[in-house]
Amino acid sequence: MSILVNKNTKVITQGITGATGLFHTKQAIEYGTNVVGGVTPGKGGTEVEGIPVFDTVMQAKEKTGANASVIYVPPAFAADAIMEAVDADLDLVICITEGIPVLDMVKVKRYMEGKRTRLIGPNCPGVITPGECKIGIMPGYIHLPGRVGVISRSGTLTYEAVHQLSTRGIGQSTAVGIGGDPVKGTEFIDVLEMFNNDPDTDAVIMIGEIGGTAEEEAAEWIRDHMKKPVVGFIAGATAPPGKRMGHAGAIISGGKGTAAEKIAKMQECGIRMAPTPSEMGSTLVELLQERGMLDQVITKK
Amino acid sequence: MNIHEYQGKAVLKQYGVTVPQGEVAFSVNEAEQIAEKLGGKAVVKAQIHAGGRGKAGGVKVAKNLDEVRTYAEQILGMTLVTHQTGPEGKVVKRLLIEELSDIKKEYYVGVVVDRATSRVVMMASEEGGTEIEEVAAKTPEKIFKEVIDPAVGLQAFQARKLAFAINIPRELVNQAVKFMMGLYQAFVDKDCSIAEINPLVVTGDGKVVALDAKLNFDSNALFRHKDIFELRDLDEEDQKEIEASKYDLSYIALEGNIGCMVNGAGLAMATMDTIKYFGGQPANFLDVGGGATTEKVTAAFKIILSDPNVQGILVNIFGGIMKCDVIAEGVITAARDVGLDKPLVVRLEGTNVELGKKMLNESGLNIVAADSLADAAEKIVGLVK
Repeated sequence: MSILVNKNTKVITQGITGATGLFHTKQAIEYGTNVVGGVTPGKGGTEVEGIPVFDTVMQAKEKTGANASVIYVPPAFAADAIMEAVDADLDLVICITEGIPVLDMVKVKRYMEGKRTRLIGPNCPGVITPGECKIGIMPGYIHLPGRVGVISRSGTLTYEAVHQLSTRGIGQSTAVGIGGDPVKGTEFIDVLEMFNNDPDTDAVIMIGEIGGTAEEEAAEWIRDHMKKPVVGFIAGATAPPGKRMGHAGAIISGGKGTAAEKIAKMQECGIRMAPTPSEMGSTLVELLQERGMLDQVITKK
Repeated sequence: MNIHEYQGKAVLKQYGVTVPQGEVAFSVNEAEQIAEKLGGKAVVKAQIHAGGRGKAGGVKVAKNLDEVRTYAEQILGMTLVTHQTGPEGKVVKRLLIEELSDIKKEYYVGVVVDRATSRVVMMASEEGGTEIEEVAAKTPEKIFKEVIDPAVGLQAFQARKLAFAINIPRELVNQAVKFMMGLYQAFVDKDCSIAEINPLVVTGDGKVVALDAKLNFDSNALFRHKDIFELRDLDEEDQKEIEASKYDLSYIALEGNIGCMVNGAGLAMATMDTIKYFGGQPANFLDVGGGATTEKVTAAFKIILSDPNVQGILVNIFGGIMKCDVIAEGVITAARDVGLDKPLVVRLEGTNVELGKKMLNESGLNIVAADSLADAAEKIVGLVK
């Protein structure tokens, strides 16, 4: 098993005729993802790369049986695209788009209340279950099917962690990028709970960064509920206060959201912290060795 | 994006928020003319994008025109160092000349986007005039909050609850409610990220007035607010940061001597952290983004090298979709273009990594290759020492 996506996930791409949407849709198909359609308003009835294009998400769902969508539309129209996918009652919506105004996301979250669709992102690399389904912009080839879950607010830092695992023969059950924006669909705790309940995930790497208090809340949740070992890393120990470090959500404001605070809290809650980003993989190996669990996560000798 | 206090007050005024009468002055003569219109007495306030101006000597009360001239001469051109400017301070180029207010009591009102609830929250406190962070740390029970439903906006009852909670005099509660409703409307209409009134004051003649105004805007939303974008003051921004924004690079100047070029914000921060872990100091945060081209890499290199403190450069690229040979090409072109004479450590990972490394090795340039992030950081720290 895995979480969120697997070989049965039927995916549509919103914004399929744009350069980014088309490029990553091709990459996903190449990886083996079951891409069943695309949506670009006004281009319904056409085809790209052999994939049917629809005018609305609802039409795409009815004609293809899609249950998930990935969004590559520009920031000014992305909130609308998310709400359209939620209205079509899809199981999962993954929004890759970076730069959506935060007040648009406040409205989206309000709109989603009482609806069952799960949103991942925005401003995220996406979700991959290695060997089965890749939705997003992550490089597929660095992944290896296996039993370690990865969850992160950052894209390339997720790749870094996955790469460190794969080169040690440790595969991943699912890798989830929740995104670097302050208001987003899915938080650490949501994904940790899924990994906790997934019989095919044995351990988790959680990568946070400065800004907000989501890591602290996740740490408390881990202390109280998590049955599986967790390794953590927080980026931004050297970030000065008041400066937005690339991600809209990565900012230390009012003395809150520093790396030091987060690291201390996570350690206190039993998470093994990697001292540098180079040591996420080795820290996990060390922890699993202590628990006698290393052999079961090595999926490729 | 930040704007000046006088600009923030002008925005709020459009929404029915009462602000003191005043105007911006770029010279001593202008300051005097404005003060004359205000009746001779005036507050002379330095306009820079940082708080703590009063304590640093950037705000003076002038009792007559002579004093207005004296203070304006003193403050214009002065370098203000406050807890928010960094040790280098900021040069004052604009003044706000404003009427005096008869302050009876100071309060705090702020609006932010709250991550935990994914909603806009209005906060209010009776402890105005001081740092709200301090109040939050010492006496959190003195800060009151109302979470706002975006479907209906701030309701009058919520504003009333806040006004009563912070003990606004009864007869002025309705005015305070109007003030708060206007503030909220300005916040959502203009896509603010922070709107802080500290202090909000109640005056002797029975008015509720915004004595200061700090408005920050969501840079992701500026595309739909041309009026706000025009308020950008380039003098308040770092030259290198302005240059970087032209190429859609995310750059932040820091105080160290190791320039960094990385793809991805998280990895960029992690790279800085690793440099520090090995005893070095990063000179900047620089995220070239996912679609770095040769031009972007060259521009990034030039920006890094325009910082006189930089003694070495670390390039850390995890090329996923982006191929390593393309990155290597960009690095080589840029290094040749700018005549690089400082140590350069490159760590490449991802698609076509072997080809990328080969290109770097055969370029004839003095490039040190690294195998991992830790290896790269250790090498560059060693080379600049």
